[in-house]
Amino acid sequence: MHEMSLAESILEIVEDTARKQGFARVKEVRLEIGALSGVEIEALSFCMDVVLNGSVAEGARVELERVPGTGWCMQCGVSVALDALYDPCPRCGGYQVQATGGTEMRVKDLLVE
Amino acid sequence: MCTVCGCGQGETRIEGHDHEHPHDHAHPHAHEHGHDHAHEHAHEHTHADGVTHSHPHPHSHGHEHAHVHEHSHTGHEHGHDHLHDDSAAHEHGHDTLHATGAPHDHMHYHQHTGDLHYGLGPAHAHAPGLSQERMVRIEQDILGKNNAYADGNRKHFAEHGIFAVNLVSSPGSGKTTLLVKTIEMLKGQAPVAVVEGDQQTSHDADRIRATGAPAIQVNTGKGCHLDAHMVGHALERLTLPDDSLLMIENVGNLVCPAAFDLGEAHKVVILSVTEGEDKPLKYPDMFNAADLMILNKVDLLPYLNFDVAKCVEYAHRVNPKLEVMQLSATSGAGMEEWLGWLMAGLGQAKSARQQNVDLLRKRIAELEAKLANSQG
Repeated sequence: MHEMSLAESILEIVEDTARKQGFARVKEVRLEIGALSGVEIEALSFCMDVVLNGSVAEGARVELERVPGTGWCMQCGVSVALDALYDPCPRCGGYQVQATGGTEMRVKDLLVE
Repeated sequence: MCTVCGCGQGETRIEGHDHEHPHDHAHPHAHEHGHDHAHEHAHEHTHADGVTHSHPHPHSHGHEHAHVHEHSHTGHEHGHDHLHDDSAAHEHGHDTLHATGAPHDHMHYHQHTGDLHYGLGPAHAHAPGLSQERMVRIEQDILGKNNAYADGNRKHFAEHGIFAVNLVSSPGSGKTTLLVKTIEMLKGQAPVAVVEGDQQTSHDADRIRATGAPAIQVNTGKGCHLDAHMVGHALERLTLPDDSLLMIENVGNLVCPAAFDLGEAHKVVILSVTEGEDKPLKYPDMFNAADLMILNKVDLLPYLNFDVAKCVEYAHRVNPKLEVMQLSATSGAGMEEWLGWLMAGLGQAKSARQQNVDLLRKRIAELEAKLANSQG
């Protein structure tokens, strides 16, 4: 959706941390992106390359960890796997499923030197 | 391009890179990029070949820089940002390998000259065997800054008994007409103020102001959504009385505004029956983020092949808890239900504020009693 904006926010988090912790170079950035977060992984990855250029993390490897989506099926009363917001419950086929996990977008950690 | 979102990408950023770049890329690429992203507004690049160029760049950051970036919200100034200046510079040179994330630590390829440069970049400052590598745990939400601003707005709303709703839809769904009608019908019942988000023009805010309600236009430039920081600034300029209704009309866009919490009580998605009934499936994030869907322009249903039941079913697939109302801002049909919903929300916001005031008063009384006792 707005992957460039997300990439900018990621860079900001990285640079804030660099200032606070005083490291000069970031070699790897690990991100956690939920399957239901609406983020297009390909687009984010492209934007990250553009945004990191000229920064403390120029050339850093960007590891994107996909967190699977989960939802609560109101009919079955159980937690089920969910690939997309509009997918039915894999058990009962109903659509009374509320997304509960896999919506996160987080910077997990950095490998720095 | 705006940094709030990627929408304008390719417009101002790549072709719009019109400040002069005298460097010819014969340089041994030690690129000391002097900007540290503390966002001075004019920065300098000094390349190792001695070429220095400085460029001022008004930028409209959606993310924090709270202290520095007042302008994007006040003066409607919408420039682009440092990264793009910078990466555009790379565009002329060694972008190819950087963009693919190839291990360019050890090599730079220059399109202009065809040269390969080894071992000249800043990445080679370290001596072998002396690596200081370590892991730094971050665990931060990427939208954390926006969310922090949103929490600030929410607190402000709670303290003042303001019921804030964030109206989202595609362009042309009738948001502004609905707002105008809502304000007219609520006259004398509740104070209403409006924050209008559009990329350009103040047409919508003008329409709102014509009703007598205060309105602030936020132009996002190339940005595709309002963020909590922009709304915070708009609030500073809107003098909202306590216990009032704040309607935030987001930029017409069924995608991006879904992810940005503005501190509102509810997102309300407006879908008009002149659009496709499958929009909830096509744009699930927005319908999932909303608490209420308004099906607008229902007066046109006799002329259309819009299947209301199907649309509602699709919406509930994406969000089983979504409330649905059908109305026509033009004919007035269904407006009462919508106004009732707004007034109920406002009533809750009011009584929450009142409870808070009562608690504070009680606390003051307790402290005064305590003080009187100790003065004895």
